[in-house]
Amino acid sequence: MKGKLIFALSLITVIAAAAVAQVTPQRLLNAGQEPQNWLMYSGDYSGRRFSSLQEIKVGNAEKLVPKWAYQTMAGGKFETTPLVVDGFMYGTGQDDRVFALDARTGRPIWQYQRALPQDIRPCCGRVNRGLAILGDKVFMGTLDSHVIALDTKTGNVIWDVTAVDYKKGYSFTLAPLVIKNLVLVGISGGEYGIRGFIDAYDVNTGERKWRFYTIPAPGEPGHDSWEGESWKIGGSPAWITGTYDVETNTTFWTTGNPSPSNRGEGRAGDNLYSNSLLALDPDTGKLKWYFQFTQHDEHDYDATQVPVTVNVDGRKLILQANRNGFFYVIDRTTGKLIRAESYAKVSWTKEKDSNGRPVPAKEGSPTPEGNRVCPGAAGATNWMSPTYDPQTKLFYVTAREQCDVFSTAPQPYDAGHAYYGSAYFPNDDAAPFYGALRAIDPDTGKIKWEWKHPSPTWSGVLSTAGGVVFTGDAEGNFIALDAASGKPLWHFQCGASVYSSPMTYAVDGKQYLAVAAGTALFTFGLP
Amino acid sequence: MTHAQKLCISILALALLLCATTSNAVAQGKNPYAGDAKVAKLGEFEFRANCAFCHGLGARGGGRGPDLTRTPKKHGDSDAEIFNAINNGVPGTAMPPNGATQQGVGMTEEEIWQVVTYIRSVEKKPGTVSGDAKHGRELFYGNQGCAACHMFDGKGGRLGPDLTGAGTARSTEYLMESMRNPSRRLAQGISEAMKEFSVEYETVDVVTNDGSNYKGTLLNEDSFTIQFVDMREKVHSLDKASLKSWKKSRQSLMPLYDEKALPEKDMQDLLAFLVRGAAGGAK
Repeated sequence: MKGKLIFALSLITVIAAAAVAQVTPQRLLNAGQEPQNWLMYSGDYSGRRFSSLQEIKVGNAEKLVPKWAYQTMAGGKFETTPLVVDGFMYGTGQDDRVFALDARTGRPIWQYQRALPQDIRPCCGRVNRGLAILGDKVFMGTLDSHVIALDTKTGNVIWDVTAVDYKKGYSFTLAPLVIKNLVLVGISGGEYGIRGFIDAYDVNTGERKWRFYTIPAPGEPGHDSWEGESWKIGGSPAWITGTYDVETNTTFWTTGNPSPSNRGEGRAGDNLYSNSLLALDPDTGKLKWYFQFTQHDEHDYDATQVPVTVNVDGRKLILQANRNGFFYVIDRTTGKLIRAESYAKVSWTKEKDSNGRPVPAKEGSPTPEGNRVCPGAAGATNWMSPTYDPQTKLFYVTAREQCDVFSTAPQPYDAGHAYYGSAYFPNDDAAPFYGALRAIDPDTGKIKWEWKHPSPTWSGVLSTAGGVVFTGDAEGNFIALDAASGKPLWHFQCGASVYSSPMTYAVDGKQYLAVAAGTALFTFGLP
Repeated sequence: MTHAQKLCISILALALLLCATTSNAVAQGKNPYAGDAKVAKLGEFEFRANCAFCHGLGARGGGRGPDLTRTPKKHGDSDAEIFNAINNGVPGTAMPPNGATQQGVGMTEEEIWQVVTYIRSVEKKPGTVSGDAKHGRELFYGNQGCAACHMFDGKGGRLGPDLTGAGTARSTEYLMESMRNPSRRLAQGISEAMKEFSVEYETVDVVTNDGSNYKGTLLNEDSFTIQFVDMREKVHSLDKASLKSWKKSRQSLMPLYDEKALPEKDMQDLLAFLVRGAAGGAK
């Protein structure tokens, strides 16, 4: 009897220990097997943003109610996807805030606010999209181009390293990605004439282990895709979180526009590796292969959309709905294109090359008086996450139907100053802009259904095993839709446009949904 | 440290602070590049990248932003006032502070002066509107029926946009186009914080489940609800799912005023009323 009691007690101890166990590289590899937690930006290494939680399903989603809200009280776009680990939530806010909350109640455990220099001038808002976690640390890239590690229990700074001088237009806005004992980050700054890179830092010390420049230096393959000295200020940032394939030990990252973003003059050539998918060895940062979506881009068509890894009929694929309006299916073992089909209105290209890759048309270039091109400068989609649902075998993406007029504005390069080379504004023809959540069949590239938004939105998408996909809109709604049909099941008015990608988690067996909108992070669950 | 020493240091600190503030104010007071054609060219590029979105190519005005080739400027006509309007925004209007749109980078002080220099370089002489504002006012409130749908200075209808400030906020070309071909570019309605696009004055046709039929202009909309004002100026907010049918159209409810309905001279008089009335005259 006594022996049994001791056994029972020790079992309880083991279970309790497991509940507060630290996140290990092994747990990150198997993140999909603990769906109560959300251990990285896209949920797991595949980038699918799919959860196998199914308490909330098609049959009961209409009963969803708000559970709690957490206010940052900060202005600007609130873009975070929070992490949840064993009942605690870790997220980021505007101006490089970080918060740790009780994921059941929303009550703050600690808060961190970075003392940012006065003279940072990040493009497109003082935003941050989230954290990475390993052991007792969460990792963040900051707007002043540092990488920092905070203690998960207190928010204390464990280490803080400078990646690059922010004064030249560099910043971090993405959620880092932890692989083994390295934390990977990609730089922002495509609007400033930076030279982009992806870095890996030792999780324990912050020591930089490798850097992959997204623009090859003289003597390196691909360098001749830049005219003269243009490579030094050629942009090609990497501002969205990558994914990881453990089988081949490959991490996939995507890059943004060449600089200046909308003017090709002075940088003749394909401008490698701008607007590309990069397959890197996570241990060394060595390039295995690349695929460039848009060569010599003049419309700011960053390829910074999460590269989603999917296995279909034994084929190892990467799916990406690109900002340039095409849905790409790529063999992730070789980088070879399988298919590229448009999923939104496109006018920048008229033909495909012999490999099936759409190539830019000369007449799409910006002109002094302006040239109307689709998609517009914000793209057919942007950084907001898509999702792949292994149950419906559909890929869901937020599409933006908007064309813009691109006109030249040949600004000279001046370190730290805006360097677009062009201007854009909405075309004033009668065609109104709108947005849509589109469900794409990767086998054909065809759109199975769409949910139309009144105006273009910046919300990402989440899919769940309950057969429900979740997204937000510019009008402030957070919406649940039937993943199979696109039928609306439920919505909640958040009071401000959604500029984030939703996630889901569970505490005490109860499923929650979380989405950032306005100044608040909202959570929802069944009554 | 004695009390006197402390006081001295305090005074010194205050003096330094004043000094710093003053030099800042002086720096903002005078355009260091005034009249420099090369700088105006740089300013044109900055203008295209940062301002043309609302103010149009060539600063000739767009759907949201006023024609900046016009003088005097409504919100201050000195270089310093234009600088401040760009840097701090214009309260009560859609003009945001520099960098606050979160869509681009924002400008440095130097770049703002470049833009001020550019705006000066494209300004036209005042007095381009020559009509009879008094007669224009009579037309607005009388025979042409504008006031049935538009307000001016708190008087008039509610179906169309308030035109009190339109004369300074829009170019004369835009205003003329709005009369001759109102559906070409619809006026913008509500702008919500952080929402990228404003609602436009689209036409709404609604049939409710009990068979009531409403026509009006759109006030706002999301995927699930629609807000509009009907022809009798009643405001509705309805669930789309509860309606028998609803449709939106970009065909403006405003009648098209061609030369027959509104002769050229009368249009010039109306323009003069809108422009000078907006500037505080012709009441």
